[in-house]
Amino acid sequence: MKLVFALQARGISKSFFGYPALSNVDLDIRRGEVHGLVGENGAGKSTLMKILAGVYAKDSGFVRLNGEEVDFSHPVQAYKAGISTVFQEFNLIAERTVAENIFLGREPRVHGFVSRREMTRRTEALFDTLGVDSINPAVRVRQLSVAQQQIVEIAKALSYEPRIISMDEPTSALADHEVELLYGIISRLTARGVSILYVSHRMREIFDLCDRITVLKDGQLVATHDAAELTEQELVRLMVGRSLSALFPPVAPGTTVGEVALELEHAGNGLVDDVSLVLRRGEIVGMAGLQGSGRTEVLEGISGAAPFTRGFLRLNGERALIRRPKQAIRKGIAHITEDRKATGLTLNQSVMDNALAVIRSTQPSKAGKARHRANQLFLELELAARGPDQEIKFLSGGNQQKVVLAKWLLAEPRIILLDEPTRGIDVGARHALYSVIRSLAAAGHAILMVSSELPEVIGMADRILVMKDGRLAAELPLGSSEEAILQAASGVSASEVAA
Amino acid sequence: MTTSISRYNTAPLPMRVRVLRSFATPGGAIYLLLAALLIALILYNPGLAAPDQLMRFIGRTAPVAIVAAGQYFVIVSGELDLSMAAVIAAQVVLAGNLIGQNAARILPVVLLMIGLGAAVGLVNGVITTLLKVPSFIATLGTSLAISGLTFYATGGAPSGNPVNSFRAIGRDGFENVPILGFLPYSVVVLMALVVLAAWLMRKPFGRTLIAAGDNPVATSLSGASVWWLRTRAFILSSLASTVAAVLLVGYAGVSPVVGDGYDFAAITAVVLGGVALSGGRGWLMSAVAAAFALEVLFSLLSFVGVASTWRPAVQGAIILVALGAPLIRWRRRAFSASPGIPVASPAPSPGEEVSA
Repeated sequence: MKLVFALQARGISKSFFGYPALSNVDLDIRRGEVHGLVGENGAGKSTLMKILAGVYAKDSGFVRLNGEEVDFSHPVQAYKAGISTVFQEFNLIAERTVAENIFLGREPRVHGFVSRREMTRRTEALFDTLGVDSINPAVRVRQLSVAQQQIVEIAKALSYEPRIISMDEPTSALADHEVELLYGIISRLTARGVSILYVSHRMREIFDLCDRITVLKDGQLVATHDAAELTEQELVRLMVGRSLSALFPPVAPGTTVGEVALELEHAGNGLVDDVSLVLRRGEIVGMAGLQGSGRTEVLEGISGAAPFTRGFLRLNGERALIRRPKQAIRKGIAHITEDRKATGLTLNQSVMDNALAVIRSTQPSKAGKARHRANQLFLELELAARGPDQEIKFLSGGNQQKVVLAKWLLAEPRIILLDEPTRGIDVGARHALYSVIRSLAAAGHAILMVSSELPEVIGMADRILVMKDGRLAAELPLGSSEEAILQAASGVSASEVAA
Repeated sequence: MTTSISRYNTAPLPMRVRVLRSFATPGGAIYLLLAALLIALILYNPGLAAPDQLMRFIGRTAPVAIVAAGQYFVIVSGELDLSMAAVIAAQVVLAGNLIGQNAARILPVVLLMIGLGAAVGLVNGVITTLLKVPSFIATLGTSLAISGLTFYATGGAPSGNPVNSFRAIGRDGFENVPILGFLPYSVVVLMALVVLAAWLMRKPFGRTLIAAGDNPVATSLSGASVWWLRTRAFILSSLASTVAAVLLVGYAGVSPVVGDGYDFAAITAVVLGGVALSGGRGWLMSAVAAAFALEVLFSLLSFVGVASTWRPAVQGAIILVALGAPLIRWRRRAFSASPGIPVASPAPSPGEEVSA
């Protein structure tokens, strides 16, 4: 009897420190299908993947592989049973060759000695299966591009002769034409009867590749559907639990776009060049662009983290020179950085110490009074924390971001620069942050928001600036489509991208 | 799976709860250790229970405690000051030779010493923060330079004998004080400095200094001048050495080796007090308490008959244990968190995966 399902998981639950990350999740993967696993950050996709990979042990439930129940307590057991995993972070050794990486720890031997020739031959065979001929098995991994390293990871997964390969955000580091290559590899694998569990945030890929889609939300199974039955909108609604328009609150009443608060004229430094833009009070300006296009650098230029060396910056119509963050802050500029943990927070300090960081550095005489105001802000932002003394590292991402926001609002800025304000924050907290951003605009702040998530830019911004190669490539009006933004950001028309 | 975390409570925790909880941390546990050691020492030497004897003991320990407080500022900001012993020796020699038997010179020379102390701190700070030389190398360099000069000036032998009224600062005190009986000047100096230092740590300067030790990038982006914060910490540290030198002239005399061991003792105390050597964590008062705990421990050891030559070995062991112990506990927790073999990524922290 030929089994339809390569894998059946039932009632999988997993908690960390008493916090449930997965509860009672079912998953069926058919032979030879590409099965999409989607959900917001924190929905439990990675946890489920790691349970199947033997990285975490499940608390309850069972997994059947080709009809036989399996229980992994170590990743190697999963590999041997036929589940290979390509993680988002590569596990390759840069100074070893491609072949050595693939057969690390299980090198083919001839008469007890490692046979380089056999290793190379098998590696070439693996690449053959994948339809790849551009990688030399004898070259060091250090010399490969990110896309090629991704292929090596897949070849390594394939070398265990798996029935299932799970891939976590496999395209997150790939350029568009490299994604095409991955599509080809995946179709060759499924033609051989290998099933793919595909975790991704990117809607287009999910719909291009997947036969069926399983949606997780808050650690629970929402539904499994045939991809053909779903539209993108419906899928988003399943993931988010509400429609997109409800995720982004409407413009707050009383918002009026006022006079110009900040103006850049041909501003540049070594990182960005010839940037001219205008921010008005009461306005939310979105900034889109690919990774490395200079979005963050524009914010850093304004806030003095990496000051502009060319061009002019005007605040309320007057020339201003900003060389250091302190100067920018005293002129009413707040910069909420992209990487909360690395550049936004002092993790070992308390909630209150973090909230007072800016005011203590720039207006120390007001630090005493700010404490009371900070408490008020925390209540307004509905911060979930035990109290002012709690160490901030114990808060969730969304609550940490609220403290960062409070830290800047205490300095009473007029211009707020937001860099990926909702990165790593779950949907509920995200909605709350969007509402806060709306009300800040209503209160007359000028807001410039950088984001990689196009729906966020489209849903929040009054107009959208697009960066490309360190320059402003376009300014798009309210209501622009994702395609229009992508086109401006990549310089390629949307039809070419899809092709 | 909405895990409800209690709503934000604006009131800080009650003092009683905070004090009790702190005993579970290294910074709080040091007080228990100090109390236990003190009781043991008094059992061996009941004479020490007399208030005036206890005061004399505290007075003798004051220089170490002051140096530890100075080192605390540097360590909590994420740096290290290895020049304290050299500064102490240089200042002692300076005082011995410049003051001599002329009491009228005391004030100007003390002012000169303070200026010199601040200058050494400034140099340490600027080399570390602006020239980006790691602080342990930078301060080791200034330390060698200063002690080289000191040895050159003195020929390596004790020289200079300051007037008794100057030496009295370190050695005498107020007589016939109610209850205490005798109150050494050095205890008064220590109290004043500790109050001053504790006050500084509550001010925006102190809070920002800790933040800079925790995450210099975030602190700088919040508008702080991290280089100037750290440089001020080095200045405070060298000033602490200067004050310790004034007290040490009193009972240790004038010698170019009088400061030996003080920087290591200060670092041991700070670490034993639960202050993170990487910065950003720990309490000033715990570092001071740890300095006392160390002195009590060494007195106890000498009562038990352990030779004082064991002191460096004991200090080394304390540093290693104090630094290693929290790590061991942390590792065990990390392992138990993920029952499988911990591969590339460890188990997510509850805040990451699950939000309020």
